[in-house]
Amino acid sequence: MNQWKNFTKGFIKENPTFTLLLGMCPTLGVTTSAINGMGMGLATAFVLVMSNMVISIVRNGIPDKVHIPSYIVIIASFVTVVELCMQAYTPSLYKSLGIFIPLIVVNCIVLGRAEAFASKNNVLSSVLDGLGMGLGFTMSLTLLGAIREFLGSGKIFGFQIYSDHYGILLFVLAPGAFIVLGYLMAIINKIKKA
Amino acid sequence: MKDLNNLFEKAKPFVEKGGKFHWLYSTYEAFYAFCFVSKNTSKSGTHIHDYIDLKRTMSIVVIALLPALLFGMYNVGYQHFGAAGMLNSTDFFKIFLFGFLKVLPIIVVSYVVGLGIEFLFAQLRGHQVNEGFLVTGLLIPMIMPVNVPLWMVAVATAFSVIFVKEVFGGTGMNVWNPALVARAFLFFAYPAHMSGDSAWISVSGIEKLADGFTGATPLAQAITAETANAPIPVDFWNSFTGLIPGSIGETSTIAILIGALILIFTGIGSWKIMLSTLGGGIVMALIFNIFGGNNTYMTMPFWNQLVIGGFAFGTVFMATDPVSSAQTERGKWIYGFLIGVLAILIRVINPAFPEGMMMAILLMNTFAPLIDYIVVQGNIKRRMKRSKIIA
Repeated sequence: MNQWKNFTKGFIKENPTFTLLLGMCPTLGVTTSAINGMGMGLATAFVLVMSNMVISIVRNGIPDKVHIPSYIVIIASFVTVVELCMQAYTPSLYKSLGIFIPLIVVNCIVLGRAEAFASKNNVLSSVLDGLGMGLGFTMSLTLLGAIREFLGSGKIFGFQIYSDHYGILLFVLAPGAFIVLGYLMAIINKIKKA
Repeated sequence: MKDLNNLFEKAKPFVEKGGKFHWLYSTYEAFYAFCFVSKNTSKSGTHIHDYIDLKRTMSIVVIALLPALLFGMYNVGYQHFGAAGMLNSTDFFKIFLFGFLKVLPIIVVSYVVGLGIEFLFAQLRGHQVNEGFLVTGLLIPMIMPVNVPLWMVAVATAFSVIFVKEVFGGTGMNVWNPALVARAFLFFAYPAHMSGDSAWISVSGIEKLADGFTGATPLAQAITAETANAPIPVDFWNSFTGLIPGSIGETSTIAILIGALILIFTGIGSWKIMLSTLGGGIVMALIFNIFGGNNTYMTMPFWNQLVIGGFAFGTVFMATDPVSSAQTERGKWIYGFLIGVLAILIRVINPAFPEGMMMAILLMNTFAPLIDYIVVQGNIKRRMKRSKIIA
């Protein structure tokens, strides 16, 4: 039961994007389309699960004074793995996400979960926590990207829904990210209260 | 008049609480109060009601807008027949009628969409319908290019009414000027229709364009000339009277000045904001004049800066919006001055934005509460000091 909670809390209750407001930089930066948001979310989710697992395993062996640098090294190794894999297998996605993939290293969600959860809990809980948080992050980024893509260019996941001519460019630009994020946050808050 | 009043009285039982159409009460109230002075009185405490309520205030602003609007209609026709090279063979009324028929649909769309949403929200919340949109609905068409497609006007109006006004709580609660946000929305959402050379002059139905026709506004010409380091082709008198391409209602400085006089005389627009915005614009233009060096746009005399683009319109009708501007008296001076400075700064320095007035006002709208806060805190500090000295 408790493990189930560790897994599902990342979806709505402690959703990293809409509730914890962590990792705002990729959230606002890459969600110009649903596929970008999803790619970014899955990459982060992978790093989150793996780093949570490894940090949880070695948590008692790390001296307290250097725990943050050690976490960063662990996270950075997994980010490098993801980056190289994406470069090899999904080159177009790799190109459109650009600098945001290496920046997963300093994503507050990854370090935040390592510091707040994985360093204090056992391996299974940490993996489930990372998986839940990662999927929650993926869902919110995909949702954000889909809405922006739909309003901005009339597509969802690349499928044309209505003519490009009517697409509101504003929603593809940075202000659109803030507007959509704000209203999604309001809706999520409403759901949580109900 | 009496018949109309009787009609309202007769309809009353249907829309009051318990009546068949009680959910239509705020619509009923809105139309009633539009035609007659509201009979509602305060239920508690002592209140003195002025005759100048929100409705009358808004009506006066609409009257102040009329000269600029009528001139704008004429100018739309003037630019059209000018582009066709038929100005000499077309009489005044034909020119005006052409512009009138071009502008009217934009006004109708703006009012229908905006008021529709306002009524809907008022019904849903059980509020009274507020009159704020009477002015916004007229301002939106006046700051649009004449060739803007009508569906864009509808989208922009809906966006600004829902996301800038209703979400923050309706009339009087908005952070930014809704009309300007509608324009900014279109500017970033559909840039191809809101800038460039094809947006400003209606050339539909013209078989052969006159020689030397460009379609660029003075602002765009100025930016082009700046990059080419050529003299700026701004004609002061044409710009002052308003026979230049531009957004529908903003071209004529004279017509806007008439509106400004009405606003100042009735005490509805703040003369402090208008004066300080003007001052800010002049100061910034003079700074450019002194330090401009070889840049032709920077060394353009300041009076030319004030008559082209939306500077005059923004100063008189947008910056003075009583809701989104600074509320404190000293804050108004700061607020207006910074608008003037920023508008000229953006216009001259940033080639991506030929006009800076919209950005400047929206930015200062954002900072208006902060300015008020600083002014109020400064006042408190000063008074605290004074009281200590006496004690």
